[in-house]
Amino acid sequence: MKFLVCISVVPDTTTKISFVDGDTKFNTDKVQWILNPYDEWYALVRAIELKEANGGSVTVINVGGADNEQVIRKALAIGADDAIRVDAEPGDPFYVASQIANAAKSGSYDVVMFGKETISYNGSNVGGMTAELLGLPFVSYASKLEMAASTATIEREIEGGKEIVEVNTPFVCSAAKGMAEARIPNMMGIMNAKKKPLNVVAPVSVSNHTTIVKYELPPAKSACKMINPDNMDELVQLLHNEAKVI
Amino acid sequence: MAVLFYAEASNGKVKKNGLEAATYASKVAASLGTQAIGIAVGDIADSELSALGAYGASKVVKVADAKLENFDSQAYAKVIAEVAKSTGSDVVIISQSLSGKAIAPRLSVKLDAGLVSGAVALPDTSNGFVVKKAAFSGKAFAHVRIDTANKIVAVVPNSTGVEKKEGTAAVETASVALSDADFGVKVKEVKRQSGNVLPLPEAELVVSAGRGMKGPENWGIVEDLANVLGATTACSRPVADIGWRPHHEHVGQTGVAIRPNLYIAIGISGAIQHLAGVNQSKVIVVINKDAEAPFFKAADYGVLGDAFEVIPKLTEAFKKFKASQH
Repeated sequence: MKFLVCISVVPDTTTKISFVDGDTKFNTDKVQWILNPYDEWYALVRAIELKEANGGSVTVINVGGADNEQVIRKALAIGADDAIRVDAEPGDPFYVASQIANAAKSGSYDVVMFGKETISYNGSNVGGMTAELLGLPFVSYASKLEMAASTATIEREIEGGKEIVEVNTPFVCSAAKGMAEARIPNMMGIMNAKKKPLNVVAPVSVSNHTTIVKYELPPAKSACKMINPDNMDELVQLLHNEAKVI
Repeated sequence: MAVLFYAEASNGKVKKNGLEAATYASKVAASLGTQAIGIAVGDIADSELSALGAYGASKVVKVADAKLENFDSQAYAKVIAEVAKSTGSDVVIISQSLSGKAIAPRLSVKLDAGLVSGAVALPDTSNGFVVKKAAFSGKAFAHVRIDTANKIVAVVPNSTGVEKKEGTAAVETASVALSDADFGVKVKEVKRQSGNVLPLPEAELVVSAGRGMKGPENWGIVEDLANVLGATTACSRPVADIGWRPHHEHVGQTGVAIRPNLYIAIGISGAIQHLAGVNQSKVIVVINKDAEAPFFKAADYGVLGDAFEVIPKLTEAFKKFKASQH
């Protein structure tokens, strides 16, 4: 079973977000870059668990510059066998999906996995686009994944519940909570990661469909209005008359 | 040229996020000087669809094929793409629901259309077509220009609102050729949560509690409050992880991200990972006995006090308020 796990490099969760150049660019100064948590904890770890149980291989792929290699090595330290870095600035979701689909075509992977979204743009776009570009079934927001020969049984989230679905390989899947538990790379993993192949490939020529023209921070919250705990009628009146939410 | 919207439905009824898509589409259509057309999938009564006229639809195209009871993004994207082409639609509006998240990216490739997902406002069409979307887990917004002729906007549920006026829409039935190859994903079983409250991503009112409740046996007062309000219950991550509450209630970065009108947080300190999932709520009320709880900084209203004393009082106050409204 061959897994391709698509990983993004994103600002750490606790990053203070700010912008430069007249709010047209994300301020990368002092930003700690990490493996997108959903790609790491859910997609990558589950792929490694399934490889350990049934044999096969796990390849990770990232679209980005050489600076990303430190984070890609972490994925190798957790247990991926090899890595592909498409040497390009990640453009919009369509650009990234096109790069991944192009690399996936030559690898005959059984399962192409993503996290449910990135914590930076929260788009949930690249997985579905990659599936469409490859003409493959797509199961999104998977919270469980079991494999038996060429058939996967997947639990996916739906509004107000879960669905159990079956799909044959090859397919594309995006992973959500429940899939696996985070793994911390051990010393052996970190040492081995340095020797694992990290192949740098050139991008295919694709145009972006969209352009970010400006960023904006939410308006500063006005100070929290404190209500006397013995006067809940006042809170209810404020929610009704001032906030107008009830 | 026209604006097509996906009238997402469940059990024969167009869902609230489908009405939001209709409202959004009719406003986009008005600004572009064209009409809004709905696409509905499944066995839905014509009267239900013609009622979409009140939300601005001039026409609704229905594709009812028994195969489509099985949700597969491949088949659904094919149906919507075909209808977009047959109606000459160059803009498609879809809810950023779980199914919308699976359909929209595929549709974007099929129609060669730029996609902005996570939209929280109408597009600015004064200079191109620019959509404001939530980014950085609710900590910022990005304004994204769609550069392609065809465009898709996926709108965050409960962000742009539903507006009902007068009117009825014409209903047409269309068929799209579907084969087994369009249904690679076979649904074997559907497990729905019991109860009749709205699922978290769609809920307007949410009552959420955390470790401050001290134990699962104390959740009765939280549920009472939620029942009186007609709110959906939620919880923080630690509480789901130790099994006090079911995992589907977990809101926050790793759980469900929500955007209700009112979020009441009880005994939750407000770690940054929790805030990432709830910071787009319109109004946040924090009840905590620790004055240093960081959540107060993100709150609109705060109550510094013991949850076990405050919640029953709040429930009573809501009861009184509800009674006075009748």
